[in-house]
Order: sequence, then C-alpha cells, then structure tokens
Amino acid sequence: MYMIVVGGGRLGYYLLKALLNEGHEVLVLEKDKSICKTITDELGSVCFRGDGCEAATLAEVGAGRADMLVAVTGDDEDNLVACQVAKHKYNVPRTVARIRNPQHADFFRKLGVDVTVSATDIILEAIEREVPTHPVTELMTVEEKGLVLVDVRITADSPNIGKALRDLNFPKDSKLALIIPHEGTAQVPGPATILAPGDQIIAVTGEESVDALKDTLRG
Amino acid sequence: MKVIIMGCGRVGARLAASLDEAGHEVTVLDSDTYSFRRLPSSFGGTALFGNGMDTEALKKAGIDECDIFVAVTQGDNRNVMACQIAKHLFNVPRVLSRIYDPLREEMYQALELETISPTKI
Repeated sequence: MYMIVVGGGRLGYYLLKALLNEGHEVLVLEKDKSICKTITDELGSVCFRGDGCEAATLAEVGAGRADMLVAVTGDDEDNLVACQVAKHKYNVPRTVARIRNPQHADFFRKLGVDVTVSATDIILEAIEREVPTHPVTELMTVEEKGLVLVDVRITADSPNIGKALRDLNFPKDSKLALIIPHEGTAQVPGPATILAPGDQIIAVTGEESVDALKDTLRG
Repeated sequence: MKVIIMGCGRVGARLAASLDEAGHEVTVLDSDTYSFRRLPSSFGGTALFGNGMDTEALKKAGIDECDIFVAVTQGDNRNVMACQIAKHLFNVPRVLSRIYDPLREEMYQALELETISPTKI
C-alpha cells in the first residue's frame, strides 16, 4: 500500500517508522526543513519537504495513486484541508485525520474524512473502562448500519438481578451477543439466562437505543 | 443583518467598523484580545474572545441567528475550516472567507465556499 503521512512531528515520525517496518510504501510530507533532514538522515528518502494541504505538493508526490492519506499535524484545520484535498481532488480512497478537539469528529466525517482519531477520546474511553461509575462503554461503531457495540456492567444494586432475560423489555434493535459472568467464561445468552451482579454484557444496538438498552439492563 | 467576523486583524477590524456604522449587528471573534485595540472607540458591536473553529465559541457569538459569516484570519486553512463549520453545522446562509493562496482558492470553490483572494485582486 502507498500511504502519505502529512506532518513529520513525533506522531508522524513514529507512524512512519512503524509503517515502513510493516513493509508499506510511505512518504511523509513536512514543511520544516530541519525535521525533513532528521528524518531523511535516519530513514532514507521517505520525507518530502512541502505543504501537505496544497494540491501542488500532493500532485508532486503522486497522491493520485495513494491508497491512504493520514494527516497528523498538530492543527485540526490543516488536517481537515489535507484530507479534503486528497479526497476531492485526488480521489484518495481512505483519509485519516488526527483531531485535537473531539467535537470536530462528526463534522470532519461529514466533510470527507473517513476516520478521525482523537487522543482525548481514546484516553476517555480508557478511563470509562476502568471506572465503574461509567456503566456503559461504547466499544465500536458500525457507521454504515447505525449500530453500536456496547459493554454494559450489571452492578450489585440493579433491580434486575435474578431476573431472566425474557422478562425484560429490550429495545427492538438491541441484541445481546455475550454475557461474561463475574466468574467463569463467556456465554451466549438465551431467554432463560438470569442476570447476576458483576455480569458484563456485550450487546449490539441501534445508535438511538443505547440509553434505552442501558435502562432496561440496569433497571 | 447579523454578521460574525472571525479575525480582528486590519481587515477584520475595518470591516467590523464599517458594517457597524452601516447599522448591522456585528460580532467580532478573535483568539487574542489585544487585537481588539484595532476597533474604533465608536464601535457599537460585540468583540468576543474565542476561537472561531470552536463550536461553543461560535454559539456564544450567536451563530444560530447569524446571516453572514466572514473568516479573515491569517490562516487559509483556519478560514476554510471555520467557514465549513458555519455552513454545514450551523447552516449560515452566506459564508465568505479570505484565501491568500489563489491555488487553494480553486479547491475551496470546488467545495462550494465563497472565497476572496486578495492576491488576485
């Protein structure tokens, strides 16, 4: 795969190294002369000096045949524009942007960025997984289908403990996929499965039903 | 009309002052309060500290009722991003941005943004 990385900062540098190790064809676009020199001295001619937001630069590095463009500069606006130029002018199939402001995620996706990555959100998710006050963790989103994979924990104070699943009113578009009990291994839940404290439930649900599913499970 | 101007530089301040004089409701946004010194003492609009790419700052500036959004900061990409936020997220009827680089301007026009390039004028 041919991948273009915009921004040769620390993130771009380590990304470049990892991708090269995996055997991909990678090129970093970086405006700063000294950063370019450092990368070239260390890793060979895999750094091109230029502005990745400019159509001319992208033309020069053959963006037309790139499989992916990853914009990881420190500025959201630069990452957005680099992805937009790549997508709209050079039809790069996959664009990835790093974002600093997590609120930009939806907006970026609307405007032609396929994937957004926010360090704030990733750290928040890690915290949510560790802290029991967050009973529902969103594990994954299947955007095309409007589905979310969630992890719900049943706490000891839930009124549903001891109840069978068939007695609970689940939202129509929610399916329980797995129950990981406090002790023992994971099981596929059936209508007769009884909820116990410490149960961890992995479920697939429509985006709008996340709260309803949580309420049903936790009472 | 309600106008929001992002960037209180020489162009932004001048534009804000003349629109205010013409009787429009003007709000100027800048991420450096020192820039507001450029506004004349007679300026009757609002000068607001904030980043024009931040949806909360834009809401505070009243973007929900805004008729025109103008981005005139030093950064072409910043202007373009703010304009796209105004256009696609807040459905502002008219958005304008200044783009220094005429090569980029072409690209932004393809994205249906109204741009002015002083380089070409």
